[in-house]
Amino acid sequence: MRVSRELSKNGYLTISLTIFFALILFRASSLAAETEQPRSGGELVFAVGGTPPSFDGHRETTFAMLHPVAPHYSTLLRFDLLNFPKIVGDVAEKWSISKDGLIYTFNIRKGVQFHDGSPLTSKDVKATYEKIIFPPQGVASARQASYAAVVDKIEAPDTHTVVFHLKQPSASFLANMASPWNFIYKADLLAKDPRWYEKNVMGTGPFVFVEHVSGSHWVGKKNPNYFMKDRPYLDGYKALFIRDTAPRVASIRSGQASIEFRGFNPAARDDLVKALGNKIVVQESSWICNLTAVINNEKKPFNDPRVRRALTLAIDRWEASKALSQISLMKYVGGLFRPGSEFATPDAELAKLAGFGKNIETSRKEARRLLKEAGVPEGFSFTLKNRNIKEPYEVTGVFLIDQWRQVGLNVNHVQQEEGAYFNDFRQGNYDAGIDFNCDFMDEPDLQLIKFLSTDKSPLNYARYKDPVLDELYEKQGRAANLKERLNLLRQFEKRALDEQAYQFHILWWQKINPHSAKVKGFKAVPSHYFMHLGDIWLAE
Amino acid sequence: MWRYILKRLLLMIPTLLGVAILIFLMLRVAPGDIVEMKYAGTGTYAPKEALDRERAQLGLDKPLWHQFVSWMWGIVRLDFGTSMWTGRPVTHEIAIRLELSLQLALMATIVAIFLSIPLGTVAALKQDTWVDYCVRVFSIAGLAVPSFWLGILIILGFLIIFRWLPPLTFTSFWVDPKANLAQLIWPALAVGYRYSAVATRMTRSAVLEVLREDYIRTAHAKGLWEKVILVRHALKNAMLPVITVIGLEFAFLVGGLVVTEQVFNLNGIGKLFVESIAQRDYIMVQTLVLLISFVFIFVNFLVDLINACLDPRIRYQ
Amino acid sequence: MAKMSAKTLTLPVESRVDRWLEVTLRFARERSLGAAGAMIVLLMIFAALAADLIAPYDPLRTDYRAMLQAPSSRHWFGTDSFGRDVLSRLIYGSRTALWVGFSSSFLGATLGAVIGVVSAYFGGKIDLIVQRLMDLLLSFPLIVLALVVVAILGTGTTNVILAITIPMIPRCALVIRSSALSLRHMPFVDAARALGFGHRRIIFRHMLPNVMAPYLVMLTAFLGQAILLEASLSFLGLGVTEPTPAWGLMLRGAAVEFAERAPWMAIYPGIAISLSVFAFNLFGDSLRDALDPKLRI
Repeated sequence: MRVSRELSKNGYLTISLTIFFALILFRASSLAAETEQPRSGGELVFAVGGTPPSFDGHRETTFAMLHPVAPHYSTLLRFDLLNFPKIVGDVAEKWSISKDGLIYTFNIRKGVQFHDGSPLTSKDVKATYEKIIFPPQGVASARQASYAAVVDKIEAPDTHTVVFHLKQPSASFLANMASPWNFIYKADLLAKDPRWYEKNVMGTGPFVFVEHVSGSHWVGKKNPNYFMKDRPYLDGYKALFIRDTAPRVASIRSGQASIEFRGFNPAARDDLVKALGNKIVVQESSWICNLTAVINNEKKPFNDPRVRRALTLAIDRWEASKALSQISLMKYVGGLFRPGSEFATPDAELAKLAGFGKNIETSRKEARRLLKEAGVPEGFSFTLKNRNIKEPYEVTGVFLIDQWRQVGLNVNHVQQEEGAYFNDFRQGNYDAGIDFNCDFMDEPDLQLIKFLSTDKSPLNYARYKDPVLDELYEKQGRAANLKERLNLLRQFEKRALDEQAYQFHILWWQKINPHSAKVKGFKAVPSHYFMHLGDIWLAE
Repeated sequence: MWRYILKRLLLMIPTLLGVAILIFLMLRVAPGDIVEMKYAGTGTYAPKEALDRERAQLGLDKPLWHQFVSWMWGIVRLDFGTSMWTGRPVTHEIAIRLELSLQLALMATIVAIFLSIPLGTVAALKQDTWVDYCVRVFSIAGLAVPSFWLGILIILGFLIIFRWLPPLTFTSFWVDPKANLAQLIWPALAVGYRYSAVATRMTRSAVLEVLREDYIRTAHAKGLWEKVILVRHALKNAMLPVITVIGLEFAFLVGGLVVTEQVFNLNGIGKLFVESIAQRDYIMVQTLVLLISFVFIFVNFLVDLINACLDPRIRYQ
Repeated sequence: MAKMSAKTLTLPVESRVDRWLEVTLRFARERSLGAAGAMIVLLMIFAALAADLIAPYDPLRTDYRAMLQAPSSRHWFGTDSFGRDVLSRLIYGSRTALWVGFSSSFLGATLGAVIGVVSAYFGGKIDLIVQRLMDLLLSFPLIVLALVVVAILGTGTTNVILAITIPMIPRCALVIRSSALSLRHMPFVDAARALGFGHRRIIFRHMLPNVMAPYLVMLTAFLGQAILLEASLSFLGLGVTEPTPAWGLMLRGAAVEFAERAPWMAIYPGIAISLSVFAFNLFGDSLRDALDPKLRI
């Protein structure tokens, strides 16, 4: 009896301890689950660094339009922002590609409704893409050229299937279907007036349009009939248009805005962190944006590849990365493709290209030698034209001039207002200039356009013709597999950046998104053209 | 009298026409147009056909004289055109922002009056004492301190000390007076201070003039009441020159609004103007310049009218 | 006419200097505020001219390892976001301010004076046309016209000078014209015409010198305004451009972005602008009181 009493005493102890710990574990796990569990409700206020010109995604090219307007629309496919760059269906449920890569078939979800209650069918998708690829007279489509060479025709065999027939295989076609600009519009509205969407909103997205006060703000509220169950978590959103950086940073600091989807510079981040401590969370990633040094290949002595190579050799990109990344958006050393993307050249190989070497002394000595050989005198003077935006343009301009000074070049920094700046570039009225490039996704078809011959690419201000590069571009766009494509891309990069150095990237940008700690479900991606408000929720 | 008024009013028309021609030509001379700004400014690829199509839509491909005439013809029919940036009527864009700028101008003027009259009077009453010197230095400082810097200091102060920022969106006074004032009182102070500078000195000299005369005549100023009557009489005399000065300084007010709206991120006419110039939105800039010039000329006309009422000699020039 | 002996006409050198000294001292005593203003102006001019000597660092030299440092013994006023010494930039900034201020007010006042005198002298149709043209330019507030000019010409120091000069011209022309109008009917002008002097000679050698007083007052009055206008334009990003050291430029953006870490960056340039405009205004006011108190600008 004594044993059983002792056992019972221990037993009771054991049992109660077990229950006690189990309760704790249970409470802990449910607490953990609570903090991770998305909460419905709340209005998200975010700042936008510009104002939307029109509301038509097919026509505009500025993020200032996307941020307030895109939440009202769906696209055929979209990028899963929590797993970038994975592509998932938005309005499309599943899709298949024919063996020869010429036929893409998309199955449209059932039960998707426009905000006015009418159902979305394949007719709407067909009409949308016909507007984008074959716009009627008088309708502008900014990205038409990306598709026109590739797409032959579009069919809608039944109410929930859309088929694209391509003229040639295209490695980037699927990604283009996920482009954030390709809002799906209602066919009936387009038929009545193809320009209706420039001033009006009617989509199938997670939020319904409420109010827009020009120059001030944009308001949307939750779509109760959104096709994704339980989404969106938010009750609504308000976008504040704040063009200048200083008040935009101040809006986050004072809590009037919770987040900004483009990105701030490091100084603003440091200031916000110092001011708000743990009330603010900072997310950083690389960015599909960069600054390029553009050389006027038609002007002497820049028509000589030796001079151009000298210019790129003189730049200590690795040192620049360290110094500039503390005060500006410039950070990552990379060639033609974003460092970190699947197309990027590994560092070891990159260091073999002119301007990317790790030993700057050797590079600069080589640069001086090339200049001398090409007959450029010591102290040769030319102008560098730049936008008059302090960061990162000014910073980079000042840095470049300092680098070129170290190989005996005397460069004048001329900063211009936007209008004059673009005009001079287009007219070829410059010696050297700083230009920038932002793309919405890692896709060589997009990143390489700038380097094609001037008559093929209006984005190429450097004024040269190079049929070798043009041909390589065509080939890589049609490549059968990734390995072949990468091979062609390496060849392109070597010729463009190393042998010819027509124009060259200086550094790729870093994206810094400080936001209120209450904002959850947001993950910074390398492109500021994406923000999926359907994933975002606000903590208490 | 009426002939003078009529003459001045009629003179406004050729002046405004001249302004219209001048601003139209000046803008077209500026390099870069709005289509360029929109597409090239975002660094993405847009083919020349898309750009040309945009230009055709905005009417930029027509010859200059054609653009000017169609603009002028529109104005005659009170159709001021559509903004090249947003595609909405110019009148709509301006109307949204007008209330804010008007209210700001009004509040700045009130601040100016509430600063200049008491300060000017006190300075006159205590002439040549340290009070007088302080007021004079304070008012000259108003001319020297950039109003945008004052605005920056105000914002900085709020951010650092209170972690607070004046509201960034505008709510009309009639909807929510507290939010409205919370946003506009600070820029009104920054602008009003400068606006009061000259008016303070004017009040001071006007009050001085009256005090001097009456003081000599009434040799014994007995106690408070006589002084008060004196000051009230002086203020009545000071009113008109002060109003004149406020009218003449009006140019500063408009300029002050342009810069201060940037600092405080106010969605007003001034900010619209700076942005439209940066975007090369010709129609908007043209209309804004016409509007600002019209108001400006009109205010000058009112000031001259007041002066003419006071001084008949001017009328017959 | 009897030939006057040169000796009897020249004043002894000492008493001329004595006279200037006397005038200056009287000015300082009677208009102490104006004298204080003049002192600050002189200090500014000195700083601008001797900048190379007194500035501790090169204002353009960047130092990425010393960014946004607080005022210390090495950098009295701290450093900015590029690691440049703030004190040196302030000192060199006075050079920019004075260069832009002087050039634009001098050009504006001079051109305005010539136009005003010419208009008053010839009268009639020429006067009317010039008046209308000046009215046209006057119907824009200063900054509006300056902004449009900058939009056309672009930014940069020379363009800013032009952008500020253009609005100044009509304002000066108007004032000088009214002064010159009263001159036109004076006997010496008629006498000059009777003697057969050409228009140019009369204008430049007889009329212009007689409007010196209002001209000088306009010049100093505009200087302060020009400095303010340049600061405003640079602040908007439409004036002088980096890396030129200029006070308005130093306030641009940096002030609120670095509020937490470097609030001093917003204070010093603003004080510099205020102090210099203040000084010019004080001096100009006293000058006007001394020369012509009835002048309404």
